[in-house]
Amino acid sequence: MSLIEVKNLKKIYEDEGVQTAGLNGIDLVIEEGEFISVVGPSGSGKSTLLQVLGCLDRPTSGRYVLSGKLLDSYSDNDLAEVRNKEMGFVFQAFNLLPRLSVSDNVKLPLIYGGVKEPERTEIAQKVIDLVGLTDRADYKTSKLSGGQKQRVAIARALVNNPKIIFADEPTGNLDSKSGEIILDFFQKLNDAGHTIVIVTHESYVAQSAKRMINVRDGRIESDEVVKNRRIVGRDGLIK
Amino acid sequence: MVLKPFHSSMDFKDIFKIAFIGLSTHRVRSILTILGIVIGITAITIITSLGDSAQGFILGELESFGTNSAFVIPGRTAFGGENILTDSLREKDVEALAKKGNVPAAELIVPFVFGPAKVIYESEKYYSSLLGASPGNKDIDDLELAGGEFINEEDVIQKSAVIILGSKVKEELFGSSDAVGQKVKIKDKSYRVIGVLEPKGQSLFVNYDQVVIVPYTTAQQYILGYSYIQRIVVTASSAEKLPGMVRDIEETLRDSHNIENPDDDDFFVQTPEDAAETFGMITDVLTILLASIAAISLVVGGVGIMNIMLVSVTERTREIGLRKALGARNKDILLQFLIEAVILTGTGGIIGIALGSILTYVSTIAILHFTGISFPFSSPVSGALLGVSVSTAIGFIFGIYPARQASLKSPMEALRYE
Repeated sequence: MSLIEVKNLKKIYEDEGVQTAGLNGIDLVIEEGEFISVVGPSGSGKSTLLQVLGCLDRPTSGRYVLSGKLLDSYSDNDLAEVRNKEMGFVFQAFNLLPRLSVSDNVKLPLIYGGVKEPERTEIAQKVIDLVGLTDRADYKTSKLSGGQKQRVAIARALVNNPKIIFADEPTGNLDSKSGEIILDFFQKLNDAGHTIVIVTHESYVAQSAKRMINVRDGRIESDEVVKNRRIVGRDGLIK
Repeated sequence: MVLKPFHSSMDFKDIFKIAFIGLSTHRVRSILTILGIVIGITAITIITSLGDSAQGFILGELESFGTNSAFVIPGRTAFGGENILTDSLREKDVEALAKKGNVPAAELIVPFVFGPAKVIYESEKYYSSLLGASPGNKDIDDLELAGGEFINEEDVIQKSAVIILGSKVKEELFGSSDAVGQKVKIKDKSYRVIGVLEPKGQSLFVNYDQVVIVPYTTAQQYILGYSYIQRIVVTASSAEKLPGMVRDIEETLRDSHNIENPDDDDFFVQTPEDAAETFGMITDVLTILLASIAAISLVVGGVGIMNIMLVSVTERTREIGLRKALGARNKDILLQFLIEAVILTGTGGIIGIALGSILTYVSTIAILHFTGISFPFSSPVSGALLGVSVSTAIGFIFGIYPARQASLKSPMEALRYE
């Protein structure tokens, strides 16, 4: 059984009577353990694809099957549950709550998932350790650097042990060194078995994935295995 | 196959914590937002607890007349009927009431009249209140003499030209020298001072320090110029006998006035209990009236809260989007914002109650200081309960719409919001 199977997925935006197609018939299968980069020019629909796959937005038409479950009939609350339990998100702008500590930010998905204390703190601490922010757990996230913020976001994405992680331009707001650290994390997570989908417009990010999907005008233009894949850790940029 | 996920719910404690953080992020705004509620609840607290105080004060005063006395008042009702039929009580009524067998439970029968009087001693004059009294007034008005004696039965029968001075009257006319035995003039007639009252201060209807007392018969003939009686107080030997005594008084007076139908009564018998009830009703109505005016400020405060919450929801669209992306359901977001509103108004309510209590306490002290009336400070329990429930309800009522707006945002639109 595939992790994700979408068939003829369409997303049509309507603004003051003018219809624009965000997605124009996408067929896609994602297996567990894959590391996919989605590339394409701006306006191609790559972000829309990520939002629909991430259940942040509903497709206008088409089938979406997640782990064998057809999501068409899911209510908003059902989809919230799916996002909470099965998906993790990393955004370009980090989207952390600045007044909360690192630990409290990481705990948010656990709170909405109904995980109680003290288990909540234990789980959060584990993923904070994993992203190397053990000594920053009580810092307000507004006090962190961009790279550290994105690591908090990764910890938050991992905390519910999701089946798949969606990242939308995760290195877009980072300097190249911090970006490489983040990419290294994704590769290591993938090595550990996590399924990852990254949307990017930078080819060196795309080259770090195992499979590259090129989107144009809301359609998949090409879908191929990445040749000469960049292995970030091996480049000696991080430990 | 459609398999719905299992919904696990989040702790209420967590929602509270989230709401608290949301509020503390915008501390100044939160404080300004609740100002309207604080003012409204303060006003309601002051009004209700001062109302309670006033009621307590009046009840205390009425109790000082004794719980076993009845007032016979001329006219049709205790209030408002005074302009007509005020001459309906006469000396023969007093005699009828005094007749053994008519009102067996009666211990004291105290007819009296009152009016203004200008009292002159040598070159000094004083505008005082006149009480045309019976000997029994000493008991029912709880009067103490600083010197001399009170009027007696003989003075009433003889219409003696004797007078008792209130402490202030004595001081104004005689200073520190002795007044008993001296003569003062009212309407060109001389009265011998036979007694001086102890200072007593303001009571509900009369300031006894500014009063002069003569026999009621003397007052009728020489000062007021009429022969009717303004009040008759009848005391029963015990409070239990009061209701029966009231009936006896009514029957005796109807007989004396040749009245057959009680609807035609030209007098009114009132017990302190009746009076308390009437006064209680008046203060209640006043309290409700003033409190409803204060309630308007609560509505205004509530609209202010709704306004600020709507701004807050728009401003925090990205936060809402993020929370939804991480798995918050509509209900979670709704509760977060609703509880923020309720915490705001509830806090405003508690501050208002505290502020209102302090101001009420200060004003009872001020009333004592400036008027000499000792208002009992009643802790505003009913006002506090009202305040807390009203302010919480306002949070719910005016918070629900903004909270719903927040909960209905689609996660993607919210995340995209700049």
